[in-house]
Amino acid sequence: MKKRNSVLLSTPYILWMIAFTLIPLGVVAYYSLTDPSTGAFTWGNLVNLRMYLPVMWQSILYSLAAAFICLLLGYPVAYYIAHTGALTQKILYMLVMLPMCMSFLLRTLAWVGLLQDTGIINNILAALGLSRLQMIRTPGAVVLGMVYNYLPYMILPLYSTIVKIDDRLIEAAEDLGCTPVQTFARVILPLSKPGILSGITMVFVPAVSTFYISQKLGGTDTVLIGDVIERLFKQGNNPNLGAALSLVLMLLVFVCTGIMNRFGADKEGGVIA
Amino acid sequence: MRKVVSFILSVCLVFGCLAMLSGCGSNEEKITLYVYNWGQYISEGDEDSLDVIAAFEEKYPNIHVQYSTYDSNEIMYSKLAAGGITVDLIIPSDYMIGRMAQEGMLKELNFDNIPNYKYVDEAFKNTSYDPDNKYSVPYTWGTVGIIYNTKYVDEADVTGWELLWNEKYAGKILMFDNSRDAFGIAQYLLGYDVNTTDEDALKACTEKLKEQKPVVQQYVMDQIFSVMENEEAWIAPYYAGDYLTMAEENPDLAFYFPQEQGFNIFIDAMCIPTCCQQQEAAELFINFLCDPEVSGSNMDYLGYSTPISAAKEYMDPEVASSPIAYPDDNTLRNATSFSFLPGDTSRLMENLFMEMRNS
Repeated sequence: MKKRNSVLLSTPYILWMIAFTLIPLGVVAYYSLTDPSTGAFTWGNLVNLRMYLPVMWQSILYSLAAAFICLLLGYPVAYYIAHTGALTQKILYMLVMLPMCMSFLLRTLAWVGLLQDTGIINNILAALGLSRLQMIRTPGAVVLGMVYNYLPYMILPLYSTIVKIDDRLIEAAEDLGCTPVQTFARVILPLSKPGILSGITMVFVPAVSTFYISQKLGGTDTVLIGDVIERLFKQGNNPNLGAALSLVLMLLVFVCTGIMNRFGADKEGGVIA
Repeated sequence: MRKVVSFILSVCLVFGCLAMLSGCGSNEEKITLYVYNWGQYISEGDEDSLDVIAAFEEKYPNIHVQYSTYDSNEIMYSKLAAGGITVDLIIPSDYMIGRMAQEGMLKELNFDNIPNYKYVDEAFKNTSYDPDNKYSVPYTWGTVGIIYNTKYVDEADVTGWELLWNEKYAGKILMFDNSRDAFGIAQYLLGYDVNTTDEDALKACTEKLKEQKPVVQQYVMDQIFSVMENEEAWIAPYYAGDYLTMAEENPDLAFYFPQEQGFNIFIDAMCIPTCCQQQEAAELFINFLCDPEVSGSNMDYLGYSTPISAAKEYMDPEVASSPIAYPDDNTLRNATSFSFLPGDTSRLMENLFMEMRNS
């Protein structure tokens, strides 16, 4: 009885997954393996992706940089939130989430207004008699946009891991003669590894497939995979090549999360043992 | 048991309400007309202009216009070619009309429903893209030239299309984000025919466009308005009609026709795609837009040129006599229109453009 109930309860979700995830995935695979004009089976689209290898490489580098910076910025914040009073924790947690209530397109456009040559920051610099800076349309601006947009995805998993660390372990480390640096490096950091890994994954995955940030904040040579896919579908009238690229991007993401998971499982196992 | 009964009752109640709602809807027989047009390409009622869609809905209360926009012919084409959508009316440019007609994507119009077609000037009938006037009714015409900001750009540098490659203004130059207009500029600059099907010529143009990439700030379509008006960029190729709109916001903007090298002159015309569900309503809308008074008010706001001379008397005389909206024959002596290209050539051009943009 109980088992049948659970099957019944999960049916809507399973149907949803089939209709809106599995079938579309099949369509993507079908398109990526057919010729744009004749519709016949071909490996041509996947072979043509060779010319986008530099774009893929660039996307991976930018997203890794963004994930790393998010970690550096996010860890102290998460640590601080996890060690304040219960009420402060709730308020700070909400403040971290707050920017996500606004569309990320708007938040990115706001950065354009800040960074552009005639933007707010440059106008202030000019008013102070300083020279204007080239901030927008640089690689740094793209990474900044990624960090800004995806930082909450780093802080939240870190926070929920750090908050669960048993304070007695830290006290024990101190009692046994660890310096604060040693306590952090040998006790706190290993214990927060699951949070670090899921934080990196949660920043890297959306960053590597992002498309709008690079168009608005990057220069004409900053092209990421997401931009190429969007353009191939929208203007290029080549959904087949776009689908092939989406498929490769998906594989890339699977591989990356797979590597992360393997890492995480080992370390967690080690910690428990 | 009581729970079951109340559950069944509530289900009946919900479905009953839904049935009533849908019943109400069908009694009125309100038709929805899906219009798919270029962005910033119809008078929408701001700054005391005519709200064309509202005026149409007032005249035909049983028609509701669902209006959406696209950035370029190519985006519109991709969307229609992918299928799965309902669009009743589109306003593509000449070359795209030729291509879509050739590929069987357009319906023949029933001119009995478009009596105002008689107002359209003869010069805009029997065109190369629609020689028998079967598929299209002209909406506007216009030209492509260079918009530049006189505050920052030295007049001596404004000599032709090469201005868009001038390293002196690196990072302040905008470029078209659609394949046909971008290739057109490279073709005028390099002296190729804009309707060439020669692969080597197109590849040479791609190289020229790649060479330009480092000095280009962004590839834009309608985003151009804010970027030029607030002086984030200083130089851009664009449509003359939109220049007139921008110049109202920023009087430092000027317009230049590269007369010697040549530039594009185009007609945008209203067509009904084969996915249309409401042909008659779409034809009523076309007819409405051809009314000289409506066309006059609409073009007054748009800045584009009207193919209906009778509309000029309803326009602001300053707009109606603007040498930028209505250039003289001497200015237009080297202007050429884009004719539609064979499928292979269009495809090659699109792929080369993607290659340039995505590298």
